[in-house]
Amino acid sequence: MRKLALSDDILLKIEKPARYIGNEVNSVMKNKDEIDVRFAFVFPDVYEIGMSHLGIQILYDMLNRRDDVWCERVYSPWTDLDKIMREENIPLFALESQDAIKDFDFIGITIQYEMCYTNILQVLDLAQIPMFAKDRSEEHPIVIGGGPCTYNPEPLADFFDIFYIGEGETELYNLMDQYKEWKVSGKSRKEFLEMAAEIPGLYVPSFYDVAYKEDGTICAFTPNNAHAKPVIKKQIVMDVSDTYYPEKPVVPFIKATQDRVVLEIQRGCIRGCRFCQAGMLYRPTRERDVEVLKDYAYKMLKYTGHEEISLSSLSSSDYSKLQELVTFLIDEFKEKSINISLPSLRIDAFSLDVMSKVQDVRKSSLTFAPEAGSQRLRNVINKGLTEEIILEGAGQAFEGGWTRVKLYFMLGLPTETEEDMKSIAHLAEKIAKRYYEIPKDQRNGKCQIVASTSFFIPKPFTPFQWATMLNKEDYIEKANIVNHEMKAQLNHKSLKYNWHEADVTVLEGVFARGDRRVSKVLLEAYKLGCIYDSWGEHFRYDLWMQAFENTGVDVAFYNLRERDLDEILPWDFIDIGVSKEFLKREWKNALAEKVTPNCRMQCAGCGAMNFGGGVCFES
Amino acid sequence: MKARIKFRKYGCMKFIGHLDIMRFFQKVMRRADIPIAFTGGFSPHMIMSFANPLGVGLTSDGEYFDIELTDKIDMELAVERMNQVSVEGIDIVNMVPISDDKKQTGMSIVAAADYLSSLKSGTFPEDWKERVALFMEQPAITVLKKSKKSEKEVDIKPMIYKFEVRDESVYMQVATGSVENLKPELVMQALCEFLSVDLETVSFAHHRLEVYANIGTDGKNQFVGLDQVSA
Repeated sequence: MRKLALSDDILLKIEKPARYIGNEVNSVMKNKDEIDVRFAFVFPDVYEIGMSHLGIQILYDMLNRRDDVWCERVYSPWTDLDKIMREENIPLFALESQDAIKDFDFIGITIQYEMCYTNILQVLDLAQIPMFAKDRSEEHPIVIGGGPCTYNPEPLADFFDIFYIGEGETELYNLMDQYKEWKVSGKSRKEFLEMAAEIPGLYVPSFYDVAYKEDGTICAFTPNNAHAKPVIKKQIVMDVSDTYYPEKPVVPFIKATQDRVVLEIQRGCIRGCRFCQAGMLYRPTRERDVEVLKDYAYKMLKYTGHEEISLSSLSSSDYSKLQELVTFLIDEFKEKSINISLPSLRIDAFSLDVMSKVQDVRKSSLTFAPEAGSQRLRNVINKGLTEEIILEGAGQAFEGGWTRVKLYFMLGLPTETEEDMKSIAHLAEKIAKRYYEIPKDQRNGKCQIVASTSFFIPKPFTPFQWATMLNKEDYIEKANIVNHEMKAQLNHKSLKYNWHEADVTVLEGVFARGDRRVSKVLLEAYKLGCIYDSWGEHFRYDLWMQAFENTGVDVAFYNLRERDLDEILPWDFIDIGVSKEFLKREWKNALAEKVTPNCRMQCAGCGAMNFGGGVCFES
Repeated sequence: MKARIKFRKYGCMKFIGHLDIMRFFQKVMRRADIPIAFTGGFSPHMIMSFANPLGVGLTSDGEYFDIELTDKIDMELAVERMNQVSVEGIDIVNMVPISDDKKQTGMSIVAAADYLSSLKSGTFPEDWKERVALFMEQPAITVLKKSKKSEKEVDIKPMIYKFEVRDESVYMQVATGSVENLKPELVMQALCEFLSVDLETVSFAHHRLEVYANIGTDGKNQFVGLDQVSA
C-alpha cells in the first residue's frame, strides 16, 4: 500500500482530497528502484483543469512506455492546501509515488496560458526548488517548459533551465537518452544544458544575452555559449497517424472539466484567421487517418469507461473525413448510450442533422464565432464567416427546433470603429428577427441570442503581433457601447450580452508579448500573494498594479506602444516555419481589408511548406 | 433481471465521496462490459442504486449497490472482470441475483450496520475497556445531534443493538437506513462524553464491516447481510 504524502487529518480537512491521492484508473505505477529517470509532469492549475488537458495525457503515455522512465503528474495545490503546505513545510509531491518532486530528475511544466504564470512560481516554491534557474545546482531537477506560451518564453526565461519549442513527441526520448548518459558521466549541470542545447527545438535561455536600446526595444539577442543555436526551430510530428497517442488515458475520480474521451482528429488549421495564434503555430495542418481514429475511439472508450467522446481540433469541419468519422461514431456508440460531442463545427445541413441525432434540440444551443460584428472587420481579421452564412445556418436550425444561439466576438481588434462594435448588436438582432419570421404556431416560444465578447490580445507569431492594445477604461467603454446598442434593438428581450473583465486582458497582453524584464513583475506579484490569476475569485488586479509600480515596469511600453515592423521582437529567435515576411504581408492585407484564402483554396506561401507534409502536399 | 454487487472500500479510496464512487462504478460497468440497463429518454443513465452511502473518510468491507441487467450473465465471471478493471482500494466481493420487487431494493431493506471504531490519535483512560460495558447500562444515551439547521438532544440507545470491545477497537451494531440511521461518529462522541474524554483531543477511524437487512417477523430483529437476502 502506498503511503500518502498528506496525513488523514489534512486530507479530511481540505476540499476535494481526490485531487491529491492519485490511484486513478490507468495511472501508471512503477518500481522506482528500476527507474533511471523520474519525470514530474506539471500542469500549473487545479487538478480538474489539468486532468482535462490532452497534451499531458499524450506525453505521460509516451514517457511511461519506456521502462527506464517514470512520468508522474503534479497539479497546483488549491489555495486551502497551499496554505497548509507552507505552514507545515510539506514539499510538493507527485500523485503516483507521492514522493517529493525536488528529488526528481525533471520537472516538466506545460504552459498553456499567461494567467497561470504565478502558479508556475507556486509549484517551484512549494516543491522547495530555487525559483531562478541560475540558483539551481546538480542536486536539483532540470526544469523544462513546453506548450503554446513557450513560443514567447522570455517572460519566464529566468525561471526555466530549458524550453521545448514544439510538439513533445519528437525529441523527448532523445532528451531522456542524453540525460541518462550525462547522469552517469559525473559532468556538471552546465555541461548537461550544453548537450540539451544541441537538440533540435530545445532552448536554454541562460545561453543567450539580450541587449536593449535606449528606447527600451531589443538591440540584439545573441548566444553566449558555443552550443547554443542562434535560431530555434519548432519541432512537429509530420505523420500524426503513426505517433504516440494514449489508448488508456488516466480517468479521474472526481469530475474533471473535460470528463470524456478526447479524439484529436488533426493538428493545425487551414483558415488563417489573423488574430489566432494556434492557427499559425501549428501549421501545416496535419490530419489523422480516419481508420486510426476509429480504432482509437473504440479502444479509448473501452479502457476508460467514459460515457462521452469528443472530437478535438481547431476546426473540425475542415477535417476531410468528418462525415465518415461522425457517422461511424453514431452507428457504433449511440446504442451503448455514449454521448458524442462535436465542438467547433460549422453550422450547415450536415452538422444540424448530426446534432439532432446526438443531442436534445430543445436543450442545446448553436454556436457561431463571427469574432467581429461587421463584414468589414471580419475581412480585416480574415474570418471567412459571412452574415449570409450565419443567417442561413441559424434559419435552418430554427426550423429544426433550436431556439438558442450563442455568438462569440472580440472587441478591440485592429482598425475597429464604433460602427463595427454596434454591428455586434445588429447581427444578434438580425438572427432574432430571422427566428420570429417563423409562424408563431411552428416555433417553440421565444428565442435567446447570447452574444459574448472578449477583448482582443495580440499574440506572437500572428499577423497582429504588431497591433497596439488599449487601457482598461477604453475596453470597458467598448463593452458599454455594445451593451447600449443591444438594449436599443427591437427584439432586445431576446438578446443577452456578456463581456469579459478588462483587467485580466491588460496583464495577459503584457505577458504575451513581454520580454525578459517582465519576469520581475511576475515574481513581485507572486510575492505579494497573486496566485490562480485565471480564477476570478482569486485574481487581484490591485496587487498586480502594485507589482508593476514596485518594479518600475511600464504596462504602456508593452501594450500601448506602436511597434515598428523592423523592431526585434523578443520571440524572433524562434522559427515556427511561418515566415516573418508572411506575417508582415498579412498585417498589411489586414489593414487593406483584404481577405486571404484558406490553405486548401490557395497556398498563401506562409513558409510552413518547408516541413514537407500536411495540407501543403495534399493533392 | 436485477443483481446486487458487494464491494470493499479501503486505503486511499476512503477519500472518494459517494457520488464519485457512483461515477466510478458506472465506468467500471462499461470497462467490464456488464450488460447494465439504462433509463430511456435523451439522456439515459444506468439503472444503479446504492444501498447506503458511506461517508468520506470511512472504510468498509460491506458496501452494496443494485443494478438491472439486460442479459443473463455468469456472475462469478462478471466479478472477475470488474476486479480486473478496478483500482487498489475497491474490491468487488460478490454479485448475486435479487428480487425484481421494488420494495426489495438494497436502499429500502437496509436496517443495520456493523462498525469498528478505533483511535487514530489521542488516548482513552486506562480503564476504558471496563467502562465500555457500563456505557450500555445507562438508562438513556443522549447526545446533541447537530444538523445544518438545528441542534437537538436525542436518545441513541434504542438504535444501538450491540456494543463491545474488540481488541483495541469498539465494535457496534447500529440502526442504519431511511427509517432510523445512526452514524458511528455520533456513538463515539457519546462514548467520549461518558469517558470524560475531550472530543477535540481524539480522532477515530471508522470501518464498516457489514450492512444488514432485517428479515425478522413480529417485531423481532433478525439481521442478514444484504447479499444473503434470497432472490
